[in-house]
Amino acid sequence: MEYLSIVFQEVYKILFLLVPVLVSVAMIVWLDRRVWAFVQKRQGPNVVGPFGLLQSLADALKYIFKEIIIPSSSNKVIFILAPIVTMTLALIAWAVIPFSATQVLADINVGILYLFAVSSLGVYGIIMGGWASNSKYPFLGAIRSAAQMVSYEVSIGVIIINVLLCVGSLNLNDIVIAQQNMWFVIPLFPMFVIFFISALAETNRPPFDLPEAEAELVAGYQTEYSGMMYAMFWLGEYANILLMCAMGAILFLGGWMSPIDVYPFTLVPGAIWLILKILLLFILFALVKAIVPRYRYDQLMRLGWKVFLPLSLIWVVLTASYLFYFNLLPVN
Amino acid sequence: MIAHAIFFYTFSIIAVVSAIMVTASKNTVHSVFFLILDFISISCLFIMIGAEFLGMIMLIVYVGAVAVLFLFVVMMLNVAQQKNQWFAGQATSKHIPVGLIISTLIFFEIIIVIGGWKYKPEIFDINNSLANTSVSNTHSLGQILYTDYIHVFQISGMILLVAMIGAIVLTFRQRSGVKRQSYIKQISRERSEGVELLDVQSTKGVKIDD
Repeated sequence: MEYLSIVFQEVYKILFLLVPVLVSVAMIVWLDRRVWAFVQKRQGPNVVGPFGLLQSLADALKYIFKEIIIPSSSNKVIFILAPIVTMTLALIAWAVIPFSATQVLADINVGILYLFAVSSLGVYGIIMGGWASNSKYPFLGAIRSAAQMVSYEVSIGVIIINVLLCVGSLNLNDIVIAQQNMWFVIPLFPMFVIFFISALAETNRPPFDLPEAEAELVAGYQTEYSGMMYAMFWLGEYANILLMCAMGAILFLGGWMSPIDVYPFTLVPGAIWLILKILLLFILFALVKAIVPRYRYDQLMRLGWKVFLPLSLIWVVLTASYLFYFNLLPVN
Repeated sequence: MIAHAIFFYTFSIIAVVSAIMVTASKNTVHSVFFLILDFISISCLFIMIGAEFLGMIMLIVYVGAVAVLFLFVVMMLNVAQQKNQWFAGQATSKHIPVGLIISTLIFFEIIIVIGGWKYKPEIFDINNSLANTSVSNTHSLGQILYTDYIHVFQISGMILLVAMIGAIVLTFRQRSGVKRQSYIKQISRERSEGVELLDVQSTKGVKIDD
């Protein structure tokens, strides 16, 4: 009985986290399309509900009632598993995101490593989907995205090391608290820029959406998917984007802390600040999508390996030497 | 404690079964997926004994990078040759001696390790090495790696670097006749050298040098 009550408590907490995440994923799709439309002087989805807010729900409803087509020559088990893997990985990462000093589902010691590990596993959903479809376009898309995600992960890892040097802990709450005096975006601004661009590449967002470049690959790894399975890929993708924004907000923008430490601002709960910061980063993501043209594949690889990786490595050396020389290394 | 045991046995059974399936499954891509499952369940076991840093690094390095490259290579092979025809022509008996030697070696290694652990516990004196429970797992690992074992650690890094450079050197080939882009050249190009005004003679045309 005791176990059961613990289990129910945890399930309740998980639902309390996941339902808002899923709803905000739906809202964020709407926001993405709206921002994209406004940049191009269009209206975007504005018919369903007030300001078109319910557009994503209508789309989801449509997807649910569509037939799921499984290609006869596909590898069926892996084909069905792929969207499930994408979705699951995008959602389990939220377990360690701190919404305030105490509001976190799992306050683990190696929180940032967990986030990094889960985001590096995200490539499997795409590879599995692309391979199991047994078709040329999905396979090419999957191979492209595997190479792309592995490359940009390296620079994201090095950027995380930069931040960790200043913090001295792998715990996400410690990272947020270490930014009490100054957000890391100020001393580590070049790293923030590189993190932002790498996050675009890691989530296959334009201008790095080569895995699903519709002019070359139809829809990339999603070509053979339909109905709810397609929607799950798409939900997982946007949940990943939100997660990357959350990661950026925690690493560089002070997480759940208020921007100024004065009375009326400190009353606002931390979750609101975190959500605002995530939204700010997401709007930047959406603007980039509307503004920048798509990269060529070799240029993408060159940018990752020959520009970002050396730059962030040099910055690690610089940060470490600065901290060591001025005796600022965090020791506990 | 019961919950702990349940989780332990679940993860270990998954690990063992998927390890068997890696060699048993006919489809090479499936065996890579089982390998990934094996890695994941082993990292879960690491986390369960409190070595969360090792578990996470296992996930990041093996599952996030190494297995992706495995999958990459295996999938490419599968595209070239859909059915398992590699093994059909060769006599399987040729592989048996090599396999036997390696498996006996591994078997004796395991015997030595388990025997030592069981009958000579002082060989594996845990109290000597870590066991400082006041600091976190990550901290104690760093304290050991960067003090007592710094040279070994640096040398292993060097070996990895040499291996990486060696792999690049072996596979790198300068192909002739390939048009290469130089970004500096492209950006620093002026209008005067890019555009040229010519008087074209009729019936002669202009030779464009590409």
